[in-house]
Amino acid sequence: MSRQANRGTESKKMSSELFTLTYGALVTQLCKDYENDEDVNKQLDKMGYNIGVRLIEDFLARSNVGRCHDFRETADVIAKVAFKMYLGVTPSITNWSPAGDEFSLILENNPLVDFVELPDNHSSLIYSNLLCGVLRGALEMVQMAVEAKFVQDTLKGDGVTEIRMRFIRRIEDNLPAGEE
Amino acid sequence: MAIFSVFVVNKAGGLIYQLDSYAPRAEAEKTFSYPLDLLLKLHDDRVLVAFGQRDGIRVGHAVLAINGVDVSGKYTADGKEVLEYLGNPANYPVSIRFGRPRLTSNEKLMLASMFHSLFAIGSQLSPEQGSSGIEMLETDTFKLHCFQTLTGIKFVVLADPRQAGIDSLLRKIYEIYSDFALKNPFYSLEMPIRYVVPLPRFWSKPPCSPSLCAFPQCHFEV
Repeated sequence: MSRQANRGTESKKMSSELFTLTYGALVTQLCKDYENDEDVNKQLDKMGYNIGVRLIEDFLARSNVGRCHDFRETADVIAKVAFKMYLGVTPSITNWSPAGDEFSLILENNPLVDFVELPDNHSSLIYSNLLCGVLRGALEMVQMAVEAKFVQDTLKGDGVTEIRMRFIRRIEDNLPAGEE
Repeated sequence: MAIFSVFVVNKAGGLIYQLDSYAPRAEAEKTFSYPLDLLLKLHDDRVLVAFGQRDGIRVGHAVLAINGVDVSGKYTADGKEVLEYLGNPANYPVSIRFGRPRLTSNEKLMLASMFHSLFAIGSQLSPEQGSSGIEMLETDTFKLHCFQTLTGIKFVVLADPRQAGIDSLLRKIYEIYSDFALKNPFYSLEMPIRYVVPLPRFWSKPPCSPSLCAFPQCHFEV
């Protein structure tokens, strides 16, 4: 697929309806294939991981952000630059743990779940689990091992969607030269 | 052409993409009669000039073509052994093209991993903490510019010493890499990047300009 040479700040306009429908088709097909919500969640996480390891390069190439030196900076960049760039929403960052290694991303609206209603037989399905995989994969490529999970979901009746991010450790093997 | 080569090196130091786009300036084609007044020897699977210098042909130059037929290693493209052919007076007069030997792909792989190690050494030698690695290597005939991404991939560009704007070229190549390589789901990360599809079939005018485009098939004329 060709790409415009002077893309700059203007992004390709694509219907978000098509995006929502595509994601929906993906999740429902996974549900049919695996029949078990836990397996579907795992698959979504894996798929998200594969997206994340590629998306990070695109993000770094386009946004020109430098290396983050602590988890707070990382949280800011994720919420204000990355989510804005890819989903068009800016989550808010709250609930910092005292040690500064956990925080929550609160999404008022999640573009993935427009018009979606979870049926009763899929009560343990984490519909947007792809996002957790993306966050995990992307941060792993910049030497941060993190855990991302949904603690609140509008699909399950909560008021907002909340992703809890926890910093596990810095990945020390295969560091790019000069980053020690 | 102001940009001589582009190399993309992965995290482990392996070369995943390479493009050369310079016209070698030191090539000479001459007609010779028996006996050849240059001494040729076989070295590293190439036929090189060991002694003798005339008309732009220097010691170290390799035999690139005989009578218009390209030479690879010690054989011509039609299977003749070069030294044997040139030792036979019946084959003369012969026209031989000499030039600086091109690097083979194995040599490029080796040089890329060596550069990767030097890059790491460069940042370790730094008196200050957290130094970047080698950003530029300058010689009298070219400047090597290197950009390492936060994920450890290095983009190396060899350009004319007077060429400006290489920094933005490196960023542009990073963008192109993140699009054409990474958005292809069948491309495995860290593996060599290959292009099989002749791109000119898909559009009449490529979206990237030849001076910035790093991918070979993108701009050849069909």
